[in-house]
Amino acid sequence: MIQFHDISVANNPQNILITGLTQSLAQGTLTALIGRNGCGKSTLLRVLAGLQRPISGKISLGGLNPHKCGSADLAHTVAVVTTGRTDVRRLTCMEMVGIGRSPHTGLFGRLNQLDHEIVEQAIKAVGMQDFRDREVVTLSDGEARRIMIARALAQDTPIILLDEPTSFLDVPGRYDICELLATLAHERNKTILYSTHELEPAMQYANQIMLISGREAVTLPPEEMRLTAAFRDLTSGRTLAL
Amino acid sequence: MKRGSLFILLTIITGILILIDISVGSVSIPIADVIGALSGGECSVHNRTIILDLRLIKSITALLVGIALGISGLQMQTLFHNPLAGPYVLGLSSGASLGVALLLLTGMAGTFGIAGAAMIGAAAMMLLLLIANERIKDVMTLLVLGIMASSGISAIVQILQYLSDEQALKAYVIWTMGSLAEVTRPQLATMTIAIVIGVIITIFTLKSLNLIMMGETYARTAGLNLTRSRFMLLLSTTLLAGAVTAFCGPIGFVGLAVPHIARGIFRTADHRILIPGSALMGAIMMLCSDIVSRQFLVPINAVTSLAGIPIVIYIVLRK
Repeated sequence: MIQFHDISVANNPQNILITGLTQSLAQGTLTALIGRNGCGKSTLLRVLAGLQRPISGKISLGGLNPHKCGSADLAHTVAVVTTGRTDVRRLTCMEMVGIGRSPHTGLFGRLNQLDHEIVEQAIKAVGMQDFRDREVVTLSDGEARRIMIARALAQDTPIILLDEPTSFLDVPGRYDICELLATLAHERNKTILYSTHELEPAMQYANQIMLISGREAVTLPPEEMRLTAAFRDLTSGRTLAL
Repeated sequence: MKRGSLFILLTIITGILILIDISVGSVSIPIADVIGALSGGECSVHNRTIILDLRLIKSITALLVGIALGISGLQMQTLFHNPLAGPYVLGLSSGASLGVALLLLTGMAGTFGIAGAAMIGAAAMMLLLLIANERIKDVMTLLVLGIMASSGISAIVQILQYLSDEQALKAYVIWTMGSLAEVTRPQLATMTIAIVIGVIITIFTLKSLNLIMMGETYARTAGLNLTRSRFMLLLSTTLLAGAVTAFCGPIGFVGLAVPHIARGIFRTADHRILIPGSALMGAIMMLCSDIVSRQFLVPINAVTSLAGIPIVIYIVLRK
């Protein structure tokens, strides 16, 4: 589970993006983080991942404080998927997913029997088993995104953070990814938080929506979120097709 | 061809090249004599002396230089995500050349000799780099600072060259052409130790190189301590490329070209294969260059450039 205690984040001290965020995200749930561009979604995710410090407040990732623990402990707790592609020439899908096992492997990063099984499972879970030996640079955006999610899965962490995983994907692709994330959260009991601009898939698959509006974060189940003024603000009163 | 077989084949080729390298020179020695001298078998006394006292040292030097430059070139290319980087990209050879220039062109640091002056120059550069690495978060900033420092030092060396007399100038220019032949036995021992330590450090960076390849965010969230990994890579490169420059002058192109050749041959992005691959290919390239250089009496740097360029073009266009 993810717990925020009075969290404030900013990229520079003159411009605080979010203040006073206190919230719990339960284990086994999918949360969509929404808000206008520049409201602090990516910053919040970076703070959660331990890549950036909050201005104030405390974070607990399943009991672990990402800013007070070693990077090795953190790597066993949180896995991250960034937006866009990571194109490394001549790297195969299997190898890419295998790199996800890094926190669990030894000096040379060798994968043992168990590691190989976990990698296999992860690739199957995202439906990419036919792509095992393909080079990642030959994949489409959606396929590449799935492989990076498989990599995060292989890292075997209770928490997964994704920064705009549905961007650049076609419409079916966006729904597929959100459905995949929901399945992973519910069936594997993971806490998954992802930022997005695509509201429809989020409303359909997420357990709750965290909306950042005017420096505050409001977290509600989709049906309740729809009714709030802040949400209507975001969609400028236009009706959503659900 | 399977990778294991490829490694064996390349190792055999390296062994053959060493034999050829020893046999080539102003006195042409038959390969049979070379094998005899090395294995304690049949060989004329005259040739045995040449082989064991002179030629073997040069061949081992070429072997070590190739290994060192191949590995450090790949490390720099991965650390800076730049296929045009080489072992000298952060100014190691500039630092060494400043030391040598001060020695040859101004007579300062007279007690140290060329190798000593070069080592001090390279070591000073290393110290600056490691300090900078602690303070600078972005690796690209480090790259630009290194390139700028390198250019600045080159400008100073140019001034020194302008102000010196013909003899000193020629001595300096000859140094910049590189030479595997000036290494004495005790110097080879020092160089071997430095390169062995550099290689040992590299072994501890193999996993981190694969993670660095994924970009900073993924490297860090996979649990990598980036500052420490960069430190080890910089230290390793300094030892490897610094040792080469100190005793053989700035040998160019090998560190830049060999990683690409290794990538083309081994067809992988995995550094656990590419690092030993680059070491082997570096050895092969240096031995071939040394053979050509001694057969046709041309400076080693000219050979490495002329040899390397068409190879890289071929590999890159083949895709």
